[in-house]
Amino acid sequence: MALLEAKNATRILDETIKVTLVDNVSMTVGPGEFVAITGPSGSGKSSLLYLLGLLDLPTAGDVLVKGEATHDMTSDERARIRLQELGFIFQFHFLLPEFTARENVMLPMRRLAKLPARAQHERAGDLLASLGLEGHIDKRPDQLSGGQRQRVAVARALANDPALILADEPTGSLDSKATEQVFGILQNLVDISGRTILAVTHDMDLAARMDRRIHLVDGALESDGAAAGA
Amino acid sequence: MGGWLLLLDLAITHVVARGRQTLVAIAGVSLGVGFSIAMAALLHGSQEDFVDQLINAIPNVQISDERREAQRQPAQDVFADAQIENLSPRDDPRGIRNPVAMTSAIRAVVDGNVSEALTTQGVIRYAGRDTGVSLSGVVPEHELSVSKIGGDMTEGLLTDLNNRADAVVLGDNLVRSINAKLGDPITVVSPSGDVHRYRLVGIFNSGNNTADSSTGYLHLSTAQVFAGRPNAVNDIRIALNDPDSAPVVASWLEAQFGYKSVSWQEANQAILESFIVRDVIMYTVVAAILLVAGFGIYNIISTITHEKTRDIAIMKSLGFYERDMRRLFVMEGLAMGIGGSALGAVLGALLTVALGQIEFVNPESDDPITIRMTFSVIHYSIAIGIALGSAVFAAYMPASKASSLNPVDIIRGAT
Repeated sequence: MALLEAKNATRILDETIKVTLVDNVSMTVGPGEFVAITGPSGSGKSSLLYLLGLLDLPTAGDVLVKGEATHDMTSDERARIRLQELGFIFQFHFLLPEFTARENVMLPMRRLAKLPARAQHERAGDLLASLGLEGHIDKRPDQLSGGQRQRVAVARALANDPALILADEPTGSLDSKATEQVFGILQNLVDISGRTILAVTHDMDLAARMDRRIHLVDGALESDGAAAGA
Repeated sequence: MGGWLLLLDLAITHVVARGRQTLVAIAGVSLGVGFSIAMAALLHGSQEDFVDQLINAIPNVQISDERREAQRQPAQDVFADAQIENLSPRDDPRGIRNPVAMTSAIRAVVDGNVSEALTTQGVIRYAGRDTGVSLSGVVPEHELSVSKIGGDMTEGLLTDLNNRADAVVLGDNLVRSINAKLGDPITVVSPSGDVHRYRLVGIFNSGNNTADSSTGYLHLSTAQVFAGRPNAVNDIRIALNDPDSAPVVASWLEAQFGYKSVSWQEANQAILESFIVRDVIMYTVVAAILLVAGFGIYNIISTITHEKTRDIAIMKSLGFYERDMRRLFVMEGLAMGIGGSALGAVLGALLTVALGQIEFVNPESDDPITIRMTFSVIHYSIAIGIALGSAVFAAYMPASKASSLNPVDIIRGAT
């Protein structure tokens, strides 16, 4: 069964003028895939990712998570799926500035409240350590470098052990060294942990290193197949 | 529970991060609560002082020889089905019938003291001037047990009325107006025109100018002779151990004896009703003060939600519910409301104590005037309740707006 599926998903922005952000896209993502969403600027890559991540609602069509249609769900039900099943990494780290790295990683765990407080504390430390941040666990975001912050964001996305990670230009604001670090972490998550990652990127070299590439033009799916380097 | 603790943690982090603004908002609420409590203590203190004066100035229950409705005539009872017109009722003599038995019965039943009196009118004739006077014939010991006249005596004692049959006690203004002094003879003309000569044995000052200019006391038996009404009593005064029970006692006595019985509350109904209006005005002002304080909270919560739009977006994308965001910012407002209320309660208590210790010079006497303040849990509850309500209301509006933010709009616009 597909982890994630878009069925004729369409998103039209109807404000002063009608703009079609995503145009009748159908696709599936299976377990253990490392999928790149590529396309020129304004092609609807991020918009598609937000639809697939249940952050936005399609104007037409539907998004299915583990086979379950989401269009008619309440906002609370969609939030529950985001909390339990999905992990998000954005181009900007979006860490809460007043909290330490560990506290930021603990946020989704505390909201889900599935683990006891001590276990949450330990898991956050373990996740950060596994991403090479042992010495930075109790630092606030303003005490970390760009690459370190993004690794904290990765740890936060993994906090509730989601099956699927959605990343929107995860290396877009990083230098080449930090980009390699973060991409290596994502690659390991797929290869070693068997997670599924769907990542928007404009970096064609990185896209080529992923398993599969979905290419959008003007919001419509132009191609969906194995990446060039796969 | 974990969710609530997380939101509380976030709320505390936000308000602590904006320390100065938070303190200003808390100061606004605490000043509002503190002054509201002090104002309520002041107003209710003066109100209680006034009520005490009312209770002391007149009997708790006063039975007069009047009836609220015309008495049924015997013919009406005998010929119940007949229409009776132009009936001339018997001309009863004024006064309470069988007063000795009635006062004994009241004493046996009522929890308090009873004094019987005959109140009549007279004219004091002095140096060619006639001055009207209302004379109460009383048994001094009984009267002392129901009124504060004993404490009002400036010269002589009320019990001096027992010492001689021609003794009279007058108000000090009246004594001054006829230029008399203790021991002087006083000539009083009765309603029937008889001239009586009394001896001034006591002078009182009740603090009520009208009473001090126009009233006096005789012994009950002396008054009965003066009025030409032997054994008559037209006024029974009762002081209750529980003055608040006066309406119940009065209506029971009226039902039992038929005579008009007026409680101090009924006699001062208009004044007591004005207290309700005063309360409404006071609590309206209190609510207005605290709503204004709520604007401070509205201001800071609006600022925080504006500054934290990105955090709101990210938390929603992580799986926080809309209601989590609403609760978060309402909790922040509530935290400020609680902090302000706690400080305000302390401030209110201090102001109440401080105001109660201020002494004013009394031009009429050497005794300084102090402001009576009332401590009441109700004052604190109302002020704190309104403060917390306005804090929640002030926080809810920006919180509600923040909770409905679409995370995609914010994430797209983020830099």
